[in-house]
Amino acid sequence: MSTSTPARAAGATADFLDTRIGASKLVKEFARKIFPDHWSFLLGEIALYSFIVLLLSGTFLTMFFVPSMAEIHYPEDALPVTMQGVQMSEAFASTLKLSFAVKGGLLMRQIHHWAALMFMAAIVTHMLRIFFTGAFRKPRELNWIVGFLLMVLGLVAGFTGYSLPDDVLSGNGLRITDGITKGVPIIGSYASFLIFGGEFPGVDIIPRMFTAHILVVPGLILALVAVHLMLVVVHKHTQYPGPGRTNKNVVGFPLFPVYMAKAGGFFFIVFGVLALMGATMSINAVWNYGPYDPSPVSAGAQPDWYMLFLEGSLRMMPGQAEFVVGGFTVPLNVIIPAMIVPGILLGALALYPFIEAIATGDKREHHVLDRPRNVPFRTAFGVAVLAELIMLALAGSNDLIATHFSLSINDITNTFRVLFFVLPVVTFWITKRICLGLQRRDREIVLHGRETGTIIRMATGEYVEVHKPLDDFERWTLVGYEAPRPREIEPAEDSRGVRRKGYRLDSFKAALSRVFYEDRIEPVTPAELAAAHSHGEHDMLPGGTDNVEPTALAGSGQDTGHTS
Amino acid sequence: MSSKQTPAQGAGVGVRGRDSGTLERFENPGLHPHKPRQADINASAAKRAERQAVTLFAISALASVGAVVGYFMIPLDQTVASVRLSNLTLGVGLGLGMLGFGLAAVHWAKTLMSDVERIDERHDQRGSDETRAEAVQLLKDGAADSGIARRPLLKGAVVGALALAPLPFIVPLVGNLGGDWDVSKLRHTAWRKGRRLAIDPTDTPIRAADVTVGSIFSVMPEGLSEEEHYLEEKAKAVVVLVRVDPRELDENAEHADWAYDGILAFSKICTHVGCPVALYEQQTHHLLCPCHQSTFDVTDGAKVVFGPAKRPLPQLPIAVDDEGYLVAQGDFDEPVGPSFWERLK
Repeated sequence: MSTSTPARAAGATADFLDTRIGASKLVKEFARKIFPDHWSFLLGEIALYSFIVLLLSGTFLTMFFVPSMAEIHYPEDALPVTMQGVQMSEAFASTLKLSFAVKGGLLMRQIHHWAALMFMAAIVTHMLRIFFTGAFRKPRELNWIVGFLLMVLGLVAGFTGYSLPDDVLSGNGLRITDGITKGVPIIGSYASFLIFGGEFPGVDIIPRMFTAHILVVPGLILALVAVHLMLVVVHKHTQYPGPGRTNKNVVGFPLFPVYMAKAGGFFFIVFGVLALMGATMSINAVWNYGPYDPSPVSAGAQPDWYMLFLEGSLRMMPGQAEFVVGGFTVPLNVIIPAMIVPGILLGALALYPFIEAIATGDKREHHVLDRPRNVPFRTAFGVAVLAELIMLALAGSNDLIATHFSLSINDITNTFRVLFFVLPVVTFWITKRICLGLQRRDREIVLHGRETGTIIRMATGEYVEVHKPLDDFERWTLVGYEAPRPREIEPAEDSRGVRRKGYRLDSFKAALSRVFYEDRIEPVTPAELAAAHSHGEHDMLPGGTDNVEPTALAGSGQDTGHTS
Repeated sequence: MSSKQTPAQGAGVGVRGRDSGTLERFENPGLHPHKPRQADINASAAKRAERQAVTLFAISALASVGAVVGYFMIPLDQTVASVRLSNLTLGVGLGLGMLGFGLAAVHWAKTLMSDVERIDERHDQRGSDETRAEAVQLLKDGAADSGIARRPLLKGAVVGALALAPLPFIVPLVGNLGGDWDVSKLRHTAWRKGRRLAIDPTDTPIRAADVTVGSIFSVMPEGLSEEEHYLEEKAKAVVVLVRVDPRELDENAEHADWAYDGILAFSKICTHVGCPVALYEQQTHHLLCPCHQSTFDVTDGAKVVFGPAKRPLPQLPIAVDDEGYLVAQGDFDEPVGPSFWERLK
């Protein structure tokens, strides 16, 4: 048998690689590796692909951007007209040149900025997916932490990035950073000097942020992304509950060729969408703001969306919290909103997997995801934190709310101050009730089947709606979960009345566990289903024709002319 | 029926009751039977899917070529319109080139590649007991080879030297980062006795007579833009100048003599986190910081009436020189801007 030339060349290449790096073993291990399929698994991919787009477009930008705060006058013959002759830093001037005199420069700037917003949005929604489906449970707690760090690094990358053009909008953002830094007790003014190389604004901050933005932070992100993905391979991907899915398998399609095409293609889709956004949607047109100057500021100024929660936190804090002790000033009106509130919210998020593990007392591995309704406490907690963050972001836009809806800024701010405490409680409670309600609904459906909209009249004259029972596959999705019970602890004293060591810790764990799992709905058992069948027979008529001859039929959407 | 035993089992495993013989939990029914797609059973549907994918690839290729042609055909000729057109051409070309390719690949995968679900086994992360024992033994052997347990002095020396080794890197780095570390600069601004107030940014000195009631100026020390560290000085020295009806002011206020005939000068740097307090509400005499909405009442010593700031804006004492120009009586009597630990020391 003769082989074609390409096939021979491929064979030779394969042999070359295998004899040098053992490629056949890698192919054997990974080529047909199975990944499960679900749209929500694409969120993390969007983050990853946005990051690649950021690296590509960012590299383009570094070719032309000058990270210098040296003051120059913008040329009289260069676009835009409004900036001609204006005194500005080289950073700002090179941003203008990049936008107006470099072909494709404006496009790359806009793609870069949109990609940064998309990157953070994808990270946050990906985190929400992980959180609400319980994908962070053992063995993935460490990867949750890696992801959390990536989110924080994303914030830093975004902030250092949009501050680079040295425009008046981002400059005021830096000034706020300076003000917050100065508020740190004892070391505040030194910390400010440390960041700015002396007094604000100085001439060092742009080059320093440039190094952080193009080297340190992306380097860390790249390293952590590698760890993040490596751990996904080690753990194998989680899967949604469903027929055939267990904690011992992974069901889906092979990497080659299906995910090569789907995930690979998706990179191009993300890039394409970002490119179209950069082509058609103007973003951060810095020439409208002007170069940084410590005196002007624009009204309605806002940071990029992922920093809004911090801005809102700062805005709604009442000033009275600042105090002086022993002659030293402690500006709690800055420390609480800028450090303590985000610290608590983000800290709770980062540590949540470990807190839940204590409450559950569960040491098993979990690879099948939870449906959010089946974990009411977690879902409610997540929604409460999310609602708080959204509320803070809205508070960061209180001036825009005021101008757009002609409301008093003071009333809005005061409302947010109340909501800060009320909203998490209310959203927690409502979400938990919704979850429990949905679980009860699932039980109903399993026990009595789905409503068909078909009404039949029994021989006795009674009208009933026909319920269609679930098949085994449908049913499994609704009953294949566990409802953890609160931990039970051994008594404080043993049989001889000796106080047990570790009792207090155990009782703390039990109390935490009660908070998590006191309210729960157990999945339907086969016995319950059998019981429902036997006493509620008329509810379960398959198709409505087997046992009882219908005397009248009125389908909901297809009334065929029967009138009573 | 004991329900306590269920949590020990993995989800997806039916648990049989001990004596009843009935299931306590449902059993996982296994994979849903595969449902073939149109393209699996209908050759013309498969052909159609192939044509659709090829069309998308073709759109992608055309768009990519179009963008490159646009790069060479559209010059940037010093008009905003040319910048716009170039941006749009390159962006739409790049976007469609990418999008077409991606959609084609995904369409191919979804319609023509096998969608029969396959199963991989999972294995616990935990190593087997033998592996663990082996690992422990290896570590023990290694530790024994190193002799660290028998030589405590060596242990201490390693830790000590390792802790100190980074210092020659860290100390110069941190030491240089803060410049001259002279934080006392935060206490002073460029205002001196007799220094004229000038309009920002034109640097024109201001006559008291030219300031009408109800007006507001952004002000800096005259000639500041020619000085060294202009931006740093400006960041501290900017002032808002307002004139109110003198009857609105309390004549017996502590610093009544810091104003001149209803003309008041306050630091423009917010005492919250340092944004410029740039908005003035003439009717209420309120200065408003656009960043976090701290509101200051200029007729009441710029005290805070709302928002996250605690302290009033520092007031610059002003007077009028022989030629009728506004001048400072001296520097602010407190540090301007956001609070810091030692600001009152």
